[in-house]
Amino acid sequence: MRFFDLFELPVSFQLDNELLLERYREIQKKVHPDHHASASDNEKLLSVQKASEVNDAYETLKKPLTRAEYMVAEHGFDVRHEQHTIRDGMFLMQQMELREELEEIESATDVEAAFDRFYSDVKQLINEYTAKFESEFNQSSFESAADAVRKLRFIYKLKEEAQLLEDKLLDF
Amino acid sequence: MALLQIAEPGQSTNPHEHKLAIGIDLGTTNSLVASVRSGEAKVLPDAQGRYHLPSVVHYGANRTIDVGFDAKANAENDPENTIVSVKRFLGRGLKDINETYGKLPYTFVEKENTVNLLTSQGEKNPIQVSAEILYVLKTQAEQTLGGDLMGAVITVPAHFDDAQRQGTKDAAQLAGIKVLRLINEPTAAAVAYGLDSGQEGIVAIYDLGGGTFDISILRLNKGVFEVLSTGGDTALGGDDFDGKIVQRILANAGVTEELSAKSLRKLADLGRKIKEQLSDVDSVDFNIDIESQQLTGSFSKADFEAVIADLVKATLRSCRRALKDADVEKEHILEVVMVGGSTRVPYVREQVKAFFGKEPLTSIDPDQVVAIGASIQADLLVGNKPDSDMLLLDVTPLSLGLETMGGLVEKVIPRNTTIPVARAQEFTTYKDGQTMMAIHVLQGERELVDDCRSLARFVLKGIPPLTAGIAVIRVTFNIDADGLLSVTALEKSTGVESSIQVKPSYGLEQNEIADMITASMTNAKEDIQARMLREQQIDAVRMMEALETAMTEDNAIVLDEERVVIEQAIEQLKQATQGTDGQAIKQAIKNLDDTSQPFAARRMENSIKRALTGHSVDKV
Repeated sequence: MRFFDLFELPVSFQLDNELLLERYREIQKKVHPDHHASASDNEKLLSVQKASEVNDAYETLKKPLTRAEYMVAEHGFDVRHEQHTIRDGMFLMQQMELREELEEIESATDVEAAFDRFYSDVKQLINEYTAKFESEFNQSSFESAADAVRKLRFIYKLKEEAQLLEDKLLDF
Repeated sequence: MALLQIAEPGQSTNPHEHKLAIGIDLGTTNSLVASVRSGEAKVLPDAQGRYHLPSVVHYGANRTIDVGFDAKANAENDPENTIVSVKRFLGRGLKDINETYGKLPYTFVEKENTVNLLTSQGEKNPIQVSAEILYVLKTQAEQTLGGDLMGAVITVPAHFDDAQRQGTKDAAQLAGIKVLRLINEPTAAAVAYGLDSGQEGIVAIYDLGGGTFDISILRLNKGVFEVLSTGGDTALGGDDFDGKIVQRILANAGVTEELSAKSLRKLADLGRKIKEQLSDVDSVDFNIDIESQQLTGSFSKADFEAVIADLVKATLRSCRRALKDADVEKEHILEVVMVGGSTRVPYVREQVKAFFGKEPLTSIDPDQVVAIGASIQADLLVGNKPDSDMLLLDVTPLSLGLETMGGLVEKVIPRNTTIPVARAQEFTTYKDGQTMMAIHVLQGERELVDDCRSLARFVLKGIPPLTAGIAVIRVTFNIDADGLLSVTALEKSTGVESSIQVKPSYGLEQNEIADMITASMTNAKEDIQARMLREQQIDAVRMMEALETAMTEDNAIVLDEERVVIEQAIEQLKQATQGTDGQAIKQAIKNLDDTSQPFAARRMENSIKRALTGHSVDKV
């Protein structure tokens, strides 16, 4: 099952999230185990499997990073599970700078402002590499598109770490 | 020969066609049972007209078992044999219970997979005690409804972990109840609220019961109840408020000695009474005999608020976390619905109001709404409403992870993932010739194994002895619609089945293990097919793109009749790629290949010709 096909959407990074949600709900109304609760065991099992698949497809397409990962995986680049070293010196430098910025937040005088600055830097990078991914993908340069996705994974990971730190520092 | 009975449309000749189903709210303090009758969901009263059953079980000396009001009456006289708030012990270890609740009037006996309570009728485990409560509710419902039940939906705190959910289900089985579904208490409340109010939008359900706290953020839309996030604490509730009052009274009186079970029970009751009265008055006088002492004094509202402030603050922290997980701002919350008896405490209402910046909804009965929601779901599940559009999309409250090197946990399914869900993880061997592998499954948010709840230990056996890193074992984790986990495993590189040995922290049965192995075999077939399909699809796309580029570049040399058949073949392949039939795609690829063969050959010749021409031009 191809995820875009499942929701009858074109294979494209640009996605109508409302439409996706609407179609997701319509499909779940058919396949969800609650609608097969009095059915045979086989049908129930099938329903659980199908509903799990539909949930997986929806979750994957809903979020930009997983959507991009999925799109390159369909072209043979399994960036989620591969062992791959990024050798782009410029990018690695950017990452190091961001990491330093993150480490310094804890000792900043205005922690919240420091977080805002950091998130804004992260957002800029995300926009940059998302645009790169899209244009490479649309030109069917899947190798380069996959490379952009690998970098996006790095950036999102950093964002996640920042959120954990934020929780810790701002009394969650 | 029997004549066929034909009913008027919309009417039934057989009243029993309406299947009997119930919703049960198995609460820490009180339990309720509700059912949909004549299209209306209502809590079923007992013979005395009472709508709730105290969740108290008394094991009498003469082998009698009392449940509910009669049992509660015994709590003070026979505290060791009167089990109150048993829900707090379900699926928990002794260390956990002692650390969370301190001194309790019971004698606990630790077993390998459970903690039992020692009573005058021997050891009873929390599942058995819960089953007694469920049995009474079931019998009461059968008598009121006048027939056999098709099944029940039982509610659990959203934050219950796998062991606590499984314990609830096992208790129902012991009580002879067919469990249609376990649903989360706040979700059940949302169903009752949503269907009643007809509201659409994002709502927060703040559910503070006797022993547990849940916060769930849901999106309500055209009969779809979609949980966006849930948070909470399975060891925070009204009982803890009572406990704080008692601690303060004892501290003020300077009581430090070990107290008897009787005194502990008396004090707990006093704490509850003071709390309840403080909802209406500003100060409560007390006078109580414990051991050789008499404690007298007064407890003010301000004292109460001071002792529970930290607990209430903890609930608000969970709210903030849930909002963040749902990616929802407070301003976008349409309504904050208060559920659970402890939301009657004015201080709780004030704090919730201050946090969300809006008046919480307290007009619905906080005690009944969960059972009513469960009964609506039960009615749907037994098929009484075949045309219903209602859909509950719930999430798993806790992350599911695996132990990795160094006692760390690697997350496989993060919290707030919509269920049902299936996720696979691949493992490899780290030693040459390794034939077994131990896998430890945990639930929780922390990074260290020791800080998470251990769910199960699996030993994968029969791995083919290969060089380290060659065998690939694919382990699939499934969380079903009840929020319960199951695991399947498969060795991929050789296709050899690995047997799974389950050493659960809390009971999985033999037949379930057999089911897992069968399931892993079907998964294997699907896997190979899915991968084949994907490879075919990729091949197809690659081929079509290459061919289209070629035809554009060498447009001049495509013969007219040839163009028609190639375009047909491309169309066929496109069609096949849209489908899920890998074989059909393979066939279509071959067809396109054959059809375009003459063009490809000509193009080759042409390119050579062109190259030669260019070369000769240079020379000339």
